[in-house]
Amino acid sequence: MMKRAFGLTKRINSIKFALLSPEEIRKMSAVKVITADTYDDDGFPIEKGLMDLHMGVIEPGLRCKTCGGKVDECPGHFGHIELAMPVIHVGFVKNIKNYLDATCRECGRIKLKDDEIEIYKQKIEEAKKMGASPIQLLLINKKIIDEAASRPICPHCGAEQKKITLDKPTTFREEGRKLTPKEIRERLEKIPDEDLPLLGINPETARPEWMVLTVLPVPPVNVRPTITLETGERSEDDLTHKLVDIIRINQRLRENRDSGAPQLIIEDLWELLQYHVTTYFDNQTSGIPPARHRSGRPLKTLVQRLKGKEGRFRSNLSGKRVNFSSRTVISPEPFLSINEVGVPEAAARELTVPIAVTAHNIEKMREIVRRGPHPQGDKYIPGANYVIRNDGRRIKITERNAEDVAKKLEIGWIVERHLTNGDIVLFNRQPSLHRMSMMGHLVRVLPDRTFRFNLAVCPPYNADFDGDEMNLHVLQSEEARAEAKILMLVQEHILSPRFGGPIIGGLHDHITAMFLLTYQNPKFSREEALHILSYLNYDKLPEPHRDENGNEFYYGKDLFSLILPKGLNMEFKSKICDPTVCNHKCVYEKCPIDAYVIIRDGKLIAGTIDENAIGSMKGKLLDRIAKMGSDIARKFIDDLTRLAIGVISYRGFTSGIDDEDIPEEALIQIHEIIQESIKKADELIELYKQGLLQPAPGRSLEETLEMEIMRVLAHARDEAGKIASRHLGLENPSVIMARSGARASMLNLSQMAGSIGQQSVRGQRLHRGYQDRTLPHFKRGDLGAKARGFVESSYKKGLSPTEYFFHSMGGREGLVDTAVRTSRSGYMQRRLINALEDLKVDEDRKVVDTAGNVVQFLYGEDGVDPTRSSGGENINMEEVLTEVLGEKYLLRRRK
Amino acid sequence: MGKFNVLEHELVPEHYLVSEDEEEEILKQLGVKKEQLPKIKKSDAVLRVLERKYGHIPVGSLIKIVRKSPTAGRIVVYRVVVRD
Ligand SMILES: [Mg+2]
Ligand SMILES: [Zn+2]
Ligand SMILES: [Zn+2]
Ligand SMILES: [Zn+2]
Repeated sequence: MMKRAFGLTKRINSIKFALLSPEEIRKMSAVKVITADTYDDDGFPIEKGLMDLHMGVIEPGLRCKTCGGKVDECPGHFGHIELAMPVIHVGFVKNIKNYLDATCRECGRIKLKDDEIEIYKQKIEEAKKMGASPIQLLLINKKIIDEAASRPICPHCGAEQKKITLDKPTTFREEGRKLTPKEIRERLEKIPDEDLPLLGINPETARPEWMVLTVLPVPPVNVRPTITLETGERSEDDLTHKLVDIIRINQRLRENRDSGAPQLIIEDLWELLQYHVTTYFDNQTSGIPPARHRSGRPLKTLVQRLKGKEGRFRSNLSGKRVNFSSRTVISPEPFLSINEVGVPEAAARELTVPIAVTAHNIEKMREIVRRGPHPQGDKYIPGANYVIRNDGRRIKITERNAEDVAKKLEIGWIVERHLTNGDIVLFNRQPSLHRMSMMGHLVRVLPDRTFRFNLAVCPPYNADFDGDEMNLHVLQSEEARAEAKILMLVQEHILSPRFGGPIIGGLHDHITAMFLLTYQNPKFSREEALHILSYLNYDKLPEPHRDENGNEFYYGKDLFSLILPKGLNMEFKSKICDPTVCNHKCVYEKCPIDAYVIIRDGKLIAGTIDENAIGSMKGKLLDRIAKMGSDIARKFIDDLTRLAIGVISYRGFTSGIDDEDIPEEALIQIHEIIQESIKKADELIELYKQGLLQPAPGRSLEETLEMEIMRVLAHARDEAGKIASRHLGLENPSVIMARSGARASMLNLSQMAGSIGQQSVRGQRLHRGYQDRTLPHFKRGDLGAKARGFVESSYKKGLSPTEYFFHSMGGREGLVDTAVRTSRSGYMQRRLINALEDLKVDEDRKVVDTAGNVVQFLYGEDGVDPTRSSGGENINMEEVLTEVLGEKYLLRRRK
Repeated sequence: MGKFNVLEHELVPEHYLVSEDEEEEILKQLGVKKEQLPKIKKSDAVLRVLERKYGHIPVGSLIKIVRKSPTAGRIVVYRVVVRD
């Protein structure tokens, strides 16, 4: 059994950073590597080579020559390379530069007078006592170094100092003359231990000359294993490749140096060695070309292993791959509850839940184990893949041993049974930008291969079904399952903490369907009503009405009322409300376009149910019901989506481009209006050219002209839209969608039917492209509407070539914007999360960090949980008054 | 001309020195140790003004700040005086 530790078991008190001295590197080394070869012809590691068995084993069968361990036992051991000449460690060039600047080139002392040294030392001591952070200490050191570096003459020996420059990445020059790493090392050696604390070095753990390497540690082979391909071909790790380069050059350098070769050749080789050691540490050092593989791919060396999204920290330490998870394409399933998720049978049989065998369930568990890993039959029943015995041994269940294992099953064993209906799982879609990106769902095992869920749950995941994939995680402990059920279940997230309103709710067809069901209260025959209600779990029809012929019928509003919770009273304006219809004086239940919703005791009396009632993010009705409790809200949304599907699939609903057909006269009228506006724009330009245009306050003449033209043309488009709208009534499917808030807007429709209007980039009319003109089709300096991106055509009519081009320019900006926005906001999100991830709200609603430091004395300063608020407010007086006073208040509120 | 008083500026919230007797009760009520409170530097301009009113304010004193809040209207927060 796993042992669980609660609370802190160990606490890091401090971390010490130090440098490895050459002696230390030699001491920890298991072998001195001298040949660049790896394996001999038999494939056996060559002695004193890069794969020497002293550095660990990666091949089964062999034993480590240092510790005698086999593959999984030996942790690996370091080796070392003796460098023929010292080289600079790229990671420390900045430090080396600082030390060279701050110390004397002759005597090695820090260039500060003795009394100054004393003062600074005291200052550091004091800061340490005050508990200064390492960053604060670093700042003090920086100040000291800057001060010392500014002295032209050494206060100790009086030697004149020379200016040292750094030629990135690793070349130091003293007044133009190159300093070899050897010289640099000698200078650093001269700095006395007493001066080191001033430079930010603890002399007990580090010496500055160790920043110039004379010995290079060779990492264990476990860190850079050889890959054997299926073809039997061996391929070495990038680090090994780099070490081969280093050893080769090192050897040549040594030979040339020992045989007294010309200085020039030695210097070249020395520089090459420096290059290889530099790229061994960091192959993205600026100023030098990255070392490449034979294929041209840049090598991944030490820094590359750690850095960035794919580096060790972000990819292996902050994030890990997990078991009991699955991923597949998602698709919609309106007959599932919002709390459910459809899981393909194939996935359900792979994903398992560990169940402890007890006296109460042993017979049931036996039955499940007996079924084995692949139970047959038409209906899905869970089997099991593994059992875990009391001693922790794991037994795989096969068809063969299932019966046997079932018989042997004992209390205390654990059965890993298949996922089954009602299990709770976590469901997630990336990017996980808010907490609703990962919610708890109840499993429904379904045929086929996709995850399925209710469409109302698309907004919190920001999911659609154009190929999106999602992840599903099966919880493995009772505590986790309890937490998920209580805290993470979808129904607990109907209200978003982002704006205190519902994020889960009706969308698209749900809204259209509710409009069709309630607008002007249509009548449905008994058969129709039965059909629609068959989608719901209602076994009783409401009391029917009778027409003049005595035939039974039902009102749409009555059918809708069936799903409303009892006791609900509210009033609000529908999305379709148009104040011009009633001259800005709402007439409430007598509204000619049925746009004032009145609900009394859970019955819809008047008004149209549309986006303002049930839309996700906007639905007022939904908002109220969500606050009546999550169970009621879940039931309402489940019923709502089912009812909507019933209505819309019974009635049928289609939209086509002929929705935007308008009469010939209207088209002519639109054309005339636009022509007139273009002429008006031309007149403005003429006025401007004659210098008669009056500049608007605070604007130049040119800006004024642009503004005026934009205004005139925008007006033209709006007028065209108005004319088009006049011929697009509420019987038109496209208009139904736009006006009810289901999808699209009237602007979209008028762009299809009337005119597309002005295209813009960065909020301005198009003006760039060619010299003084947008396209060579126009005269230079033409400021007219058509030359600057005004599109007269409608989408339906089609665009002229120039219009098409302009439209693409405007469209491009939108694409670039979203691309830039997502990457930038992603990075912002990361920084925000890193800064805030450890904060928590404690028992008395303080916001504190891990050390208990107070960040906020009361969460959000008002202590309000936005998910339990009304649009962020503590109390919604309107709701309270409606609750208490009922209709009396609602009627009084109208005035 | 009198000295400039930052506390009279619209953007500077009200600051008060918490008396020693009250200190304990406030900390108990908040359920925190003094070091866990947000800090205010001894050299803060507001402290200089407060010292004119209360006399010397030693490091470790508690300052009560009443400020406007977009969510709660008015809120009370505390800061402890630290050396800078
Ligand atoms: Mg998609
Ligand atoms: Zn070993
Ligand atoms: Zn000197
Ligand atoms: Zn009205």
